[in-house]
Amino acid sequence: MSKKVQAIYLWWHKPVIDKELLQSLPNLKVIANSGVGMDHLDLKLVASFGVKMANAPCAVSSSRADTGMALLLASARRLVEGYHIAISSGIEYREANFLGVEVTGATLGIIGMGSIGYEIALRAKAFEMNILYHNRTQRKEHEEQAVCATYCKKIDNLLQQADFVMVVVSLTPQTHKLIGKRELELMKPTATLINISRGAVVDQEALVTALQTGVIRAAALDVTYLEPLPRDHKLLKLKNVIITPHLGIKTDKATYMITEEAVENILAALNGLPIPSEVLPS
Amino acid sequence: MWYHKPVIKEELLQSLPNLKILASSGVGIDHLDLNLLSSYGVKLSNTPFVVSTDTADLGMALMLASSRRLVEGHQMAVSPDTEYFPANWLGAEVSGMTLGIVGMGTIGYKVAERAKAFEMKILYHNRNQRNKEEESAVGAIYCKKIDYLLQQSDFVLLSVVLTLQTQKLIGKRELELMKPTATLINISRGLVVDQDALVEALQNEVIKAAALDVTYPEPLPRDHPLLKLKNVIITPHIGSATKKTRRLMMENMMESIQAGLTGLPIPNEVL
Repeated sequence: MSKKVQAIYLWWHKPVIDKELLQSLPNLKVIANSGVGMDHLDLKLVASFGVKMANAPCAVSSSRADTGMALLLASARRLVEGYHIAISSGIEYREANFLGVEVTGATLGIIGMGSIGYEIALRAKAFEMNILYHNRTQRKEHEEQAVCATYCKKIDNLLQQADFVMVVVSLTPQTHKLIGKRELELMKPTATLINISRGAVVDQEALVTALQTGVIRAAALDVTYLEPLPRDHKLLKLKNVIITPHLGIKTDKATYMITEEAVENILAALNGLPIPSEVLPS
Repeated sequence: MWYHKPVIKEELLQSLPNLKILASSGVGIDHLDLNLLSSYGVKLSNTPFVVSTDTADLGMALMLASSRRLVEGHQMAVSPDTEYFPANWLGAEVSGMTLGIVGMGTIGYKVAERAKAFEMKILYHNRNQRNKEEESAVGAIYCKKIDYLLQQSDFVLLSVVLTLQTQKLIGKRELELMKPTATLINISRGLVVDQDALVEALQNEVIKAAALDVTYPEPLPRDHPLLKLKNVIITPHIGSATKKTRRLMMENMMESIQAGLTGLPIPNEVL
């Protein structure tokens, strides 16, 4: 059986690709990932077995951007809290005391302005948000102008000015714990942190402290380290945190499109053709 | 007047002979008897434009939360019983889908502006058609008949004013015209929807889901079926509930009151 396997379609990081598995599949030609993140794969190891790799970047962007906006809006307007008040079986609610923060006209700081970050900027612009961004490289002028985004070479500038900080980077050794105690303390006490990248990009312990002591107002996390979090984790108990179960790109439409992309990649690899979204170890 | 209190009845007006102006918070005035007020010579103001962007933002928030199953997802993420996140747990896409806006006033138009950035196809139904520039700025297509909008939309958003004509605008017939995969979003008034028909439609999967910032009454009785349905998100009428907007509303109301007391033209007067 294992001699017949030529391609693996990785769904939700499974199966786990380790040395043992690669050794047991001598005719494996390609591993196609569902989604764009490749941080769960040892790229060098896979390449050393002569196996090609591909991700599915195209289908992901708008769904992921939607997730980011959904979390931003839900957190700002305290939607989850509001829902619980509205359906609670207890005493009547007192509307007048329940206030959120404005989204329209607020400042959004996007950390990581790749294709997903850019899609978020496009959406945020329609909410008349003032957009700042921090990225490894500055975007072209016309791209910046299209979304009225201002480049912040130093992340500090972005953190100090933003009402909403949206983290949309890939997980690399450089972005590991990118947002820690120092960064959180630079943020406004009225600011909200939104993470749709990878849990490990944020120093979770520092985040818990920041949320408990009012260093920042709130957080909305589609990703955590681990997923799911241990059931006794402090993040689960904080009122000013929304956690979603890695919604990312979990829609019917995106799932279909990712699978189409993966199949294209697999067929190209098996036919010796250039792979549309090949990922090389670097 | 804050959150429709105090209730304005004839007895109250009779007991306040020197009442000159009533400043109502928010834009809706459906809770007031305009004829009664003017018969007592009392002027009326509201706060129409300052609530528009927040309400539009909430409409978008409800659409995204409902479609992506955000509330359910949060419950799963924090539940003590959760051991893993199932790989086949999916929501529905928002970007690129069709949004039907019923009531294209200030708020409806702001929703359209936001939805356009999500590459949504926008249909709208309104008493009057908007002009060409306004339509093309948001790529909105006018539906003279509401039926066409209901049949084509993946999301139906209600942002009409409550009047005698719009009461129970969305009833059994309208819900049955909607797609079984469609979501109803209400940011106008509870009475615009026939609530009993809505409960039935949701229970029988005539439509997929609903997200309501407004109900009738508010709050709903604690044993109301809407509170128990998994495919419903309800929020406690927080359309304009942000610190900044509430402050602006107060400022507007103060301006109107001061003008009313000094006999000057009243900003935001309702005639």
